[in-house]
Amino acid sequence: MNPRTPGADLPEHPDFLWRDPEPKRSYDVVIVGGGGHGLATAHYLAKNHGITNVAVLEKGWLGGGNMARNTTIIRSNYLWDESSAIYEASLKLWEGLEEDLGYPILFSQRGVLNLAHTLQDVRDSVRRVEANKLNGVDAEWLEPDEVRKVCPIVNTSTDIRYPVLGATYQPRAGIAKHDYVAWGFARRAHEAGIDLIQDCEVTGFATEGNRVTGVQTTRGTIAAGTVALCAAGHTSVLTDMLGIRVPVQSHPLQALVSELLEPVHPTVVMSNAVHVYVSQAHKGELVMGAGVDSYNGYGQRGAFHVIERQMAAAVELFPVFARAHLLRTWAGIVDTSPDASPIVGRTPYDNVYLNCGWGTGGFKATPGVGWALAHTIAHGEPHANVAPFTLDRFVTGALVDEHGAAAVAH
Amino acid sequence: MQLIECPWCGPREEVEFHYGGQAHVPYPDAPAEVSDEEWAHYVFFRDNTKGRFAERWCHSAGCRRWFNAVRDTTTYRFERVQRLDDPEPHATEPARARRSTAS
Amino acid sequence: MTSPFRTAEGGRIDRGTTLEFTFDGQTHTGHPGDTLASALLASGRHQVATSVKLGRPRGIAAAWAEDPGGLVQIEEPFPEPMLLATTVELHDGLVAHGLPGQGRLAEISDSARYDAVHHHVDVLVVGAGPAGLTAALTAARSGARVALVDEQSEAGGSLLGGTDRLDDAPALEWVAAAVAELAGHPEVLHLQRTTAFGSYDDGFVLALERRTDHLGTAAPRHVSRQRVWRLRARSVVVATGAHERPVVFADNDRPGTMLAGAARTFLHRYGVLPGRQAVVFTTNDSAYDAALDLHRAGVAVEAVVDARPAGSPRREECERAGIRVLSGAVVTATQGVERVTHALVAPFVDGQVGAGSAIACDLLLVSGGWNPAVHLFSQARGRLRYDEALGAFLPAEELDRLSVTGAAAGVLDLAGCLADGQRVARAALTALAVAPPGEDRLPTAPEPVVPAAPLVLWRVPDTSGADGNTSFVDLQRDATVADIARAVGAGLRSIEHIKRYTTIGTAHDQGKTSGVLASGITAELLGVPVQATGTTTFRPPYTPVAFAALAGRDRGRLFDPERVTSLHDWHVAAGAVFEDVGQWKRPRHYPRPGEDMETAVLRECAAARTGVGILDGSTLGKIDVQGPDAAVLLDRLYTNMMSSLKVGSVRYGVMCGVDGMVIDDGTVLRLAEDRFLLLTTTGGAAKVLDWMEEWAQTEWPDLRVHCTSVTEQWNTFPVVGPRSRDVIGALFPQVDVANEAFPFMTWRDTALDGVPVRLARISFSGELAFEVYVNPWYGVAVWERLLEAGRPYGITPYGTETMHVLRAEKGYPIIGQDTDGTVTPHDLGMAWAVSKKKPDFVGKRSFARQANQDPLRKQLVGLLPVDRRTVLPEGSQIVELHPDGQLPPPPVPMLGHVTSSYRSAELARPFALALVKGGRSRIGDTVHVPVNGTLVPAEVTGSVLVDPEGARRDG
Repeated sequence: MNPRTPGADLPEHPDFLWRDPEPKRSYDVVIVGGGGHGLATAHYLAKNHGITNVAVLEKGWLGGGNMARNTTIIRSNYLWDESSAIYEASLKLWEGLEEDLGYPILFSQRGVLNLAHTLQDVRDSVRRVEANKLNGVDAEWLEPDEVRKVCPIVNTSTDIRYPVLGATYQPRAGIAKHDYVAWGFARRAHEAGIDLIQDCEVTGFATEGNRVTGVQTTRGTIAAGTVALCAAGHTSVLTDMLGIRVPVQSHPLQALVSELLEPVHPTVVMSNAVHVYVSQAHKGELVMGAGVDSYNGYGQRGAFHVIERQMAAAVELFPVFARAHLLRTWAGIVDTSPDASPIVGRTPYDNVYLNCGWGTGGFKATPGVGWALAHTIAHGEPHANVAPFTLDRFVTGALVDEHGAAAVAH
Repeated sequence: MQLIECPWCGPREEVEFHYGGQAHVPYPDAPAEVSDEEWAHYVFFRDNTKGRFAERWCHSAGCRRWFNAVRDTTTYRFERVQRLDDPEPHATEPARARRSTAS
Repeated sequence: MTSPFRTAEGGRIDRGTTLEFTFDGQTHTGHPGDTLASALLASGRHQVATSVKLGRPRGIAAAWAEDPGGLVQIEEPFPEPMLLATTVELHDGLVAHGLPGQGRLAEISDSARYDAVHHHVDVLVVGAGPAGLTAALTAARSGARVALVDEQSEAGGSLLGGTDRLDDAPALEWVAAAVAELAGHPEVLHLQRTTAFGSYDDGFVLALERRTDHLGTAAPRHVSRQRVWRLRARSVVVATGAHERPVVFADNDRPGTMLAGAARTFLHRYGVLPGRQAVVFTTNDSAYDAALDLHRAGVAVEAVVDARPAGSPRREECERAGIRVLSGAVVTATQGVERVTHALVAPFVDGQVGAGSAIACDLLLVSGGWNPAVHLFSQARGRLRYDEALGAFLPAEELDRLSVTGAAAGVLDLAGCLADGQRVARAALTALAVAPPGEDRLPTAPEPVVPAAPLVLWRVPDTSGADGNTSFVDLQRDATVADIARAVGAGLRSIEHIKRYTTIGTAHDQGKTSGVLASGITAELLGVPVQATGTTTFRPPYTPVAFAALAGRDRGRLFDPERVTSLHDWHVAAGAVFEDVGQWKRPRHYPRPGEDMETAVLRECAAARTGVGILDGSTLGKIDVQGPDAAVLLDRLYTNMMSSLKVGSVRYGVMCGVDGMVIDDGTVLRLAEDRFLLLTTTGGAAKVLDWMEEWAQTEWPDLRVHCTSVTEQWNTFPVVGPRSRDVIGALFPQVDVANEAFPFMTWRDTALDGVPVRLARISFSGELAFEVYVNPWYGVAVWERLLEAGRPYGITPYGTETMHVLRAEKGYPIIGQDTDGTVTPHDLGMAWAVSKKKPDFVGKRSFARQANQDPLRKQLVGLLPVDRRTVLPEGSQIVELHPDGQLPPPPVPMLGHVTSSYRSAELARPFALALVKGGRSRIGDTVHVPVNGTLVPAEVTGSVLVDPEGARRDG
């Protein structure tokens, strides 16, 4: 990246992004949900499989759900083999995405620190680092003095409430500019001839036996050869229409930004015990995520005490943040699953594929899941990277439980 | 932050409460006799209604009693709260389409 | 420096006191009552900063939080990034400079205090302008509990910046009387310098009070700098006024360009002339007041340029004063470098700009109408509608507990605001079933001149040749009309996309002046109604709030309360090194001088294995379960049978989640037929109580049982080791401690000098051991008596680290360390603790699932490093034996991981516990553990490494 004026502009967007077509009466593939996952799936359907008679249906504006609301952290240092495989595949795609999309997505591999504050955090962290290394994911365990070298503003003194006992570090992790990513995928999909249809809410499905034949929308009924559901927090609304039961719960998840600040924070820091995840984005604003609000909610807003708690944690770990200012808060809707792993793949309908339950991992998985879901649609068989994430695992008990040992959300 | 009406204590701040998810999901009468699939539905699957939702809350930092509520998950507004021993019928979800099963 | 632009008199500043401050390295003066902006303007300085992207000069363009221009960095008294000069109250010694775009954080920590207050009222009024004051008076007069908060340093709102009269006297006299009356009502809380920044459900409003910022270095240390008010109101009245809207034209960002109303405020409130030679460009009547007031104050008003062909009924007034009024004309551009020198004025007919001419000026005032400040209403999920006449968004609905009044509701005249404030307050009171006051007279405002309809004009067509590239919509983001046009050209239709493409509305002011303009211009370019384009969402906070203010007191030790046992001071005095376990501080070990942890732990372990040791186990969770059905509840929640436990006996138990995974374990003492004492893990205590109550209340309400936390009601001291019987026997001679009389897994009540004590034969080490339970009031005394009784045997206090070594040597798992939510009792080798008799218990059904039958499930086993030296790091992964000592390339299949690992004095070698795939079938095998790049061979063993026969527990 070229040096820029402090806090200055972001790279320009292209002069043309996409047209606003009228929906056709029929498509080979209808993707419900014009967020990152839906748009990435569309892109890879065209690019990898030559499938372009595709519509992406979006009830609002493209990339306007969680894609526009997340804190853009990208990493692949997950505990279990199944998780690290999909996220690492995704990270590798991120590494070539700017070129693939021809869009300055500002992917910045500035590393991520996951702090440990208790002896059990340390055990869990070492466990994850060792697993990552054996899985070919770059990972290191850092002692507090090494943490300070990577991020000098972290309070590594021993007299804070929960001292930093060390951290895991993934140097290849980082952040990107979320809108640019969504628009990059959208533009490529549009260029491939895929219809991106906004203000088009799905109201029902036409079915025949074990097949969905068409998607009923606020802009008419659209016949579909294959349907892929990429609706994140609204997945249940769609699956309820289909009579499919999916074990996800939708919760508000809040995030916030500060004003533009001179560079102080060179990496990404996440802490589970002292709940913080923070980076300093390209323009200079601190971007932070808060905890998940406890109740189910589709309102795209949460309670302020969650933000206050987040601020307390931020100032505790980063004393220099004391007089930074909260500029804006907002919320997305995260679809959480019982084992904190996604649900991707087949449904009881032969031609309907599900993609949900990403919780706080959705953004970083965007290219990875788009690639795998496109493959799954094209071949009618789950791609290896998503094969473990079946709906069926909740029956057999073969969960991919990222809660317990990994214990690192977001 | 909402003001939640505890049916025992009256209106209290949201931070005093603990969320318990969907209400009226009974423990199977004879778990040993249900299929793996039925058991999985009991353990892991809950409705995720957009709109009016019958759910459980606990006034955990107050009287520690559980109660049922009907709340709109889009506006977050509570329509009704009920003690568990309230003889009045408890609101439940409108009948849903029959669930298909995972394959 | 002097203040050449200070008026000779007037303004609400204390001219008798001079304050000195430094801006951009230059010293200036001002007065109490000034803002940094007014003091800079008084010195003749408009330019404050350069813009973020283009480096263009930017100046003060408004008088309060809507200013898009004057961003500054504070350096003294303490660095604070990015504030508006218009909202910084001047104080002696202030040091600040203009910001090119990014603020700077202090490198030292902020020692100021911040706090929060909860306050509950019937009626909360936000804004102490005419509508808000009236509403607050009406509410207060009814006897209701009222809070009035206002962001300015004094009440009055728009009246502070004008010359309005009420009851035939200056309106500010009425303001003063109103404030005095409110102060006389005991149930009224009136806060100035307090910005309501967030509006949430059920009448919850957050406000930030700036308590000492205006005092500078004179701020008392004991007073919190800022305070968050968490206001809960039965009814909220939003009287937040309106922000003046600019009109966009070429080079509209040049310093000296200012909103018309702001110029009046600088004149009347601060006694400052924002220029000497002014042009006023307007689309509505309100700016005529600015023209006339400035004229009277001695400013040469060169022209009023009114975009409306018919002009205003106030034209005559201007002309009488000798001010030229150009109707049907617009300002198309400005000239100048760092300050406007000319306004280019041209006829404007049917949307077409004619040939223009330049009018010399050093001040260009602009008014494009007014945007009601609907932020709090919108944050509370109120829907907005576009009002064609106002050219702005207004509340489109009534909200349950929140109403909007005055200019915020689109009422722009004084008499109307007064009446509306009263009306809204009376309606709110009625809704609360509070009788509105009988005597509630409104002051009389002069009949306003009936205004001419405003013209809604977002932008002047760019005839400058710059093609909209210098027509700024969002000055803080350097975003222009050309940027919106590009966005629309790129295919974007949603205002949210336009915002993101252009970045309009994303800067410090969050679009206070630019938001509606962007909607209007976008709608124009798309050829759709503004209502269809809509506006982007208003999100909290209304104005920026410091992180530290929101953190409040929840910092340092108060970030999360520390829990300590009644022996904490003793531990500290004994030199304990502490470990955080949940919220608890627990001694990890007690190093003697010169000892590191390893040496200390080896010594402590040896004492417990060969002599006697003592642990403060008081943090263990304790739950008193009582009721005729207590045993039934426990049978349903523990995997093993508890109902068969005899009174006086103790049993170990495991709890699982419905998914069959272990969630907690501990011992259970049966105190009576209908009473049990449960011990839980330290970290799991609260969760287990929640778990039990949830099942008891929601699933089995028929059970007559109650659970109560008694964690803090009992100290627990395990006295451990072969000599423990001697110690207990010596201190409690009345208790027969012989094995036959007091067998393993039983308990006895006794007393020590009249203090009740409970003894239990429980062992978490495999050694003969007694747990001593006592009321924490007597904890230290009993502890010290135990130490005294143990002295002959070398009794040694030990910490959690030694406890871990002792329990791990015996293969006792720690839930949460040796388990991770994916481990069943069977995986732990505890099939013996899973009842086969009970038809059901929570989790049982899940054991029958397919994945639970997998022979490759991970199982808890022991690991002995073959080299007898390496302490395997906890968390290490385990792989198959690679005979060549080399790992294959990734991905390398993993067998499991090391969960606990210690050096053992007893075994004279390091050992570990591990979860290993098919672990029990691998006993005797050698596996590899990668440690710092080398593969360490380790032998898989059973999990019990010390005294597998259990010979020691009875001494």
